[in-house]
Amino acid sequence: MKRIVLRCSAAALAVGLATGAGAQEFNSQKDFDYAQELLKMTPQGPEGKPWEQNLGGKQIDTSKYKKPGPYNICFSNAGVDNPWRVVGWTDMQAQADMLKSDIKSFTAADAEGKDDKQISDINSFVSSGKCDALIVSPNTTAALTPAVEAACKKLPVLVFDRGVQTDCPVTFVNPIGGYGWGITTANFIVSKLPKGGKVLGLRILPGVDVLENRWAAADRIFKANNINVVGAEFTGGDNAKTKTIVEDYINRFGKIDAIWMDAGATAVAAVEAFEDAGQPYPIITGEDQEDFLTKWKKEKLTAFAPTYPTYQWRAPVIAAVKILKGEPVVGPTWKLPQPVVTQETLDQYVDPNMPPLHYAMCGCKDMPGYPQRWGGK
Amino acid sequence: MTIALPDTALHRRAGSLTRHINSGVVIFLVLFAAVALKQPSYIEPAGFMNFLRRAAPLGVLAAGQVFVLVSGGFDLSVGSLITLSVLGASMITGGDPSLTGAAIAALYGIGVAVGLINGIAVAFLKVPSIIATLGTLLSVNGVAMMWSGGSPRGYLPDNFRAFGRFVFRDVPLVGQLPLSVIVLAIVAVLAWWGLHGTVFGRRVFAVGDNPRAAELAGIRVDLTRISAFVISALSAVTAGIMLGGFGGVSTDVGQGLELQAIAACVIGGAQLMGGRGSITGVVFGALSLFALFTLLNLLGLPQALRDTAQGLILISAVASGAYRQRTGG
Repeated sequence: MKRIVLRCSAAALAVGLATGAGAQEFNSQKDFDYAQELLKMTPQGPEGKPWEQNLGGKQIDTSKYKKPGPYNICFSNAGVDNPWRVVGWTDMQAQADMLKSDIKSFTAADAEGKDDKQISDINSFVSSGKCDALIVSPNTTAALTPAVEAACKKLPVLVFDRGVQTDCPVTFVNPIGGYGWGITTANFIVSKLPKGGKVLGLRILPGVDVLENRWAAADRIFKANNINVVGAEFTGGDNAKTKTIVEDYINRFGKIDAIWMDAGATAVAAVEAFEDAGQPYPIITGEDQEDFLTKWKKEKLTAFAPTYPTYQWRAPVIAAVKILKGEPVVGPTWKLPQPVVTQETLDQYVDPNMPPLHYAMCGCKDMPGYPQRWGGK
Repeated sequence: MTIALPDTALHRRAGSLTRHINSGVVIFLVLFAAVALKQPSYIEPAGFMNFLRRAAPLGVLAAGQVFVLVSGGFDLSVGSLITLSVLGASMITGGDPSLTGAAIAALYGIGVAVGLINGIAVAFLKVPSIIATLGTLLSVNGVAMMWSGGSPRGYLPDNFRAFGRFVFRDVPLVGQLPLSVIVLAIVAVLAWWGLHGTVFGRRVFAVGDNPRAAELAGIRVDLTRISAFVISALSAVTAGIMLGGFGGVSTDVGQGLELQAIAACVIGGAQLMGGRGSITGVVFGALSLFALFTLLNLLGLPQALRDTAQGLILISAVASGAYRQRTGG
């Protein structure tokens, strides 16, 4: 029974995403409730390997794709234009190396953040006839849908991170997502905030679905708990601008008690604004980047780090090999667990030897070449 | 006739008086008054110093850019040179404070190289400066991304960050004095001397005003142009060190700063086709622009409206500059 409910809500989510992309609807009760439900679930799958786990998923039969190995796997990448994608892409290459006995070649095309380039990348992979399976990390949802649909007709396709508006891929791998992020972070602030405390929201930019979902979910919880949110500002992901905005708010309101962030890249800059103004540290939610975790530990902050785990880049490579061997995989939607870093688990993620913008939830510590391959010492 | 003469002379004197009050100063005073009305803490010494600290990198950048503008060119490469400086500093030091000196020396070396490339492309290869520096913008950004692998690999040590963060406390009169404000003051004095107090400065004006005439007068136009680009690049490295100090490592720290620097110069009365501009003007132009950003932040306008307002204000600043030129005021 529970499974049926789940499949229905997954379908509802798919519909929600499809309409959401067209109508720009970023704040859906249905998706919010579904994320709440996923957060409560116990992941199934191998212990200690969250990239192979799933939340309430169903195994599907892939015997029709079975063929003799080793395989040629192709990957159409939206881009490697930010540190999150750099870490993920490194994970993925290491994962392909780990499966060397099954993978003859792993060929990637970088779309450099352009839809048209990615469409032609996918087309040329398909028409080359040299790919046994195709992994796609779409640049945008709607624009890439036709190219993915066309590819599905020729070979098994796996999609991860951002989705597409079709269920033709064998599986779509992604973590709980933006609503889950917003829910866990806002709940943390609600639980720690002194009565009447002031909260400042810092967002990167408007109009990006996953970021809008994060804010929509957090805002919902702040409103439900009558939290005094004094502002929500766009920082453009820029450290200097973040610091300037936070300093202006400290000037204007005298004291800010908590900072909520929709992404952690500028969390340290926000904390420094309090240092430079001679103010006590705020309650803050950042992300699993090493610079923030290091600062958190050093200054004993009251902090919390949600994640959009980079280990999700490992899953599609593993799944592609399984599909080509005819082994069952989780599909058509594969929800990965989305862990958070709390005071209790902080020590296991802080590593001063890793670069400042490395994502601790990379699930890469057991991989070949760690830590040098990720820029660590 | 004879009665009219002293009248025009009087008129001229009044005209030259208004001409001596720089447009940048006036615009700054108006904008800062608006900021102070909205948020009175900005007129207190601490608030004002904090404002100067945040505006200082843009002031430094504008003080360098104006050399290129006056000589009749544009330098669009400064934004990506700032990004390269910040990422480069994090790569070289890797958080080790003993390497800060070496890193700063290396950054200025890179700055000289980028300035020379810009200058040589413009002066000898005759590439229009807007295209030449657009090219270096792309290349320098590419080098920064390749060097860091798209994700910076090290922290900036505290002694490096001091240039953007350190504040002298308990200073008489002003209470606190940020190190970056001192850097701005030193750069402004040096630039003022360079542009208004030396033969080189007069050559820069001559080249921008009329390159053919300057050449006939025996000025090495090519060398003057190259030097202007090197000065601009050095100011960009300085601004990069200050911004890295203020905000720490990030991959898009310099984005859009080239346009802000040019806008600051224009607000400060520099002429886009060369031959006119002053250091006092452009430093106040930078402060005006920063006051505008602060005001738009304080007004709490939505981002989209803020961008629109910013764009319109920049166009009107340039338009009014062009109008003043036409009318000779």
